[in-house]
Amino acid sequence: MAQLTRRSAKLLEPISAAVSATRHLTTSSTSPITVETSLPFTGHKIDPPSRSVETTPQELLTFFRDMALMRRMEIAADSLYKAKLIRGFCHLYDGQEAVSVGMEAAITKKDCIITAYRDHCIFLGRGGTLFETFAELMGRKDGCSKGKGGSMHFYKKDSGFYGGHGIVGAQVPLGIGLSFAQKYNKDENVTFAMYGDGAANQGQLFEALNMAALWDLPSILVCENNHYGMGTAEWRSAKSPSYFKRGDYAPGLKVDGMDALAVKQACKFAKEHALKNGPIILEMDTYRYHGHSMSDPGSTYRTRDEISGVRQERDPIERIRKLIISHDLATEKELKDTEKEVRKEVDEAIAKAKESPLPDASELFTNVHVKGFGVEAFGADRKELRAVLP
Amino acid sequence: MGNRAIAEIQFADYIFPAFDQIVNEAAKFRYRSGNQFNCGGLTIRAPYGAVGHGGHYHSQSPEAFFCHVPGIKVVIPRNPQQAKGLLLSCIRDPNPVVFFEPKWLYRLAVEEVPEKDYMLPLSEAEVIREGSDITLVGWGAQLLIMEQACVEAEKDGISCELIDLKTLIPWDKETVEASVNKTGRLLVSHEAPITGGFGAEISASIVDRCFLRLEAPVARVCGLDTPFPLVFEPFYMPTKNKILDAIKSTVGY
Ligand SMILES: Cc1ncc(C[n+]2csc(CCOP(=O)(O)OP(=O)(O)O)c2C)c(N)n1
Ligand SMILES: [Mg+2]
Repeated sequence: MAQLTRRSAKLLEPISAAVSATRHLTTSSTSPITVETSLPFTGHKIDPPSRSVETTPQELLTFFRDMALMRRMEIAADSLYKAKLIRGFCHLYDGQEAVSVGMEAAITKKDCIITAYRDHCIFLGRGGTLFETFAELMGRKDGCSKGKGGSMHFYKKDSGFYGGHGIVGAQVPLGIGLSFAQKYNKDENVTFAMYGDGAANQGQLFEALNMAALWDLPSILVCENNHYGMGTAEWRSAKSPSYFKRGDYAPGLKVDGMDALAVKQACKFAKEHALKNGPIILEMDTYRYHGHSMSDPGSTYRTRDEISGVRQERDPIERIRKLIISHDLATEKELKDTEKEVRKEVDEAIAKAKESPLPDASELFTNVHVKGFGVEAFGADRKELRAVLP
Repeated sequence: MGNRAIAEIQFADYIFPAFDQIVNEAAKFRYRSGNQFNCGGLTIRAPYGAVGHGGHYHSQSPEAFFCHVPGIKVVIPRNPQQAKGLLLSCIRDPNPVVFFEPKWLYRLAVEEVPEKDYMLPLSEAEVIREGSDITLVGWGAQLLIMEQACVEAEKDGISCELIDLKTLIPWDKETVEASVNKTGRLLVSHEAPITGGFGAEISASIVDRCFLRLEAPVARVCGLDTPFPLVFEPFYMPTKNKILDAIKSTVGY
């Protein structure tokens, strides 16, 4: 989490300084704290890991800041969409932030991640910047895909983020392919292939999982179960909504995806398992606050009570806030200040992204084929060849 | 059993996980079983085409893939009244049909549609605007753009005949042939990329049938040979002005 952590480390200074100054804490920001996960893990064909998770003050403060940043970014994207500065299809991640930060806390950037279209926060978690995010969302040149992808197509090659995929389920075979390469190259890393509860019913998942299990590939299938597809409740689309058991012969683990520490524990456990024994499924029980995409108000197929209930009882940011307060690692006021800073960072990134130009018109034709293969561009009637493009 | 299956694919861009079932099972079951079995007149509905800012996976026009598969029919309506009559014909047709619905129509079109049961014939094209200088052939949402180009061309004294093909496979060659024999010129337009698009098939067939009557090469105004772009959609599209340019250069050839 290069970007985020760097920022967080900066932020940590004043907070921990304030903490030690005002409360004379003897513990350093890296001394371990043990926290119990909100719920026990449930295993399928595997003994689940312990509920006791080791963390540190620094980690908790980082989680708080990173999730607050993600939340703020998604809410800002919502406004930009409504202002028509973001066009196309746009799927927001607020509510699900703990999955990204918990996963990143357990792995390295040499491990690979691939996901579907709900990808902004995963990109941020992999070290992407707010500026690249907003520029891409607005189709600008400085975006993480040069403005050519838009909301559903974020990538970051240098830290193992393979995107950003629009076809439901199609990223999972690609993810299994990545873990094939990891095994083939003996590089001791794993791939997290993320998909939704709706995607869990796609045939290609099972085909890919079969190969992963057959060849003991270091694949971790992460089912982000937010309980709805595009408004289709899980019970209407899945015969068995126990997604962690859907791999049959492949072991699985059900995880409270609203608890960043539980996610961290599960991902660490899964990585060790996958390197030794092959694929495992992690079902992250999570929730999206926004509608499916910007065209879905998100309130026709679920009750407002359901949404506010989750916000009150399971919110991933609030959970960390409570832990920080109860362990006396920062004050309410300090956390509010963090939220204010984050808001400012987001606003600044948006302002900067708005200055970024659209990609050059010639980019319409680039990257269709490998450079040098040549794409011909014709005039309107195709009788006259106007250009041979790279 | 007498019942008809009607499948719906949310967007045509998402039809490909089902491509094998359509192309190898539905389309060929009758032929390879010597007519013992068939897919029961299956109709598959799928909204297709551009909407202004749909990006890569909510905008594509994959009709040509399906036109290349003997055994299925491909039908595309241009407005609500046509959609109802053609859809009922597709459902009652004993062959598997892929019925692409212009997404644009969902938001745009308001029209009197008869409440009664009515069918419009498949494989019959319709001359929706008569003219004498050039024949324009299209289908679905593109006809609206072509119509605008016809109106503009008329201001310059060019009389365009506009044909809605409606059924792409098997298509009504006779209506197009008759029109081209009258005008001596042909322009085809579709949103899908130009290379390998269905316009190529129409062009080849009409050159074959009307070679001596043609006064200019057949013009094709289509989508570009690029993935469907996000911010560059306006450049990609076969717009009114591109069509108008092509009408003028074909007539002035
Ligand atoms: C093959 C395919 N069919 C349909 C769609 C349209 N679609 C986009 S997202 C979605 C729902 C997926 O839900 P889920 O997997 O639970 O992911 P979530 O959106 O909840 O993160 C559907 C049906 C698609 N993108 N690809
Ligand atoms: Mg879901």
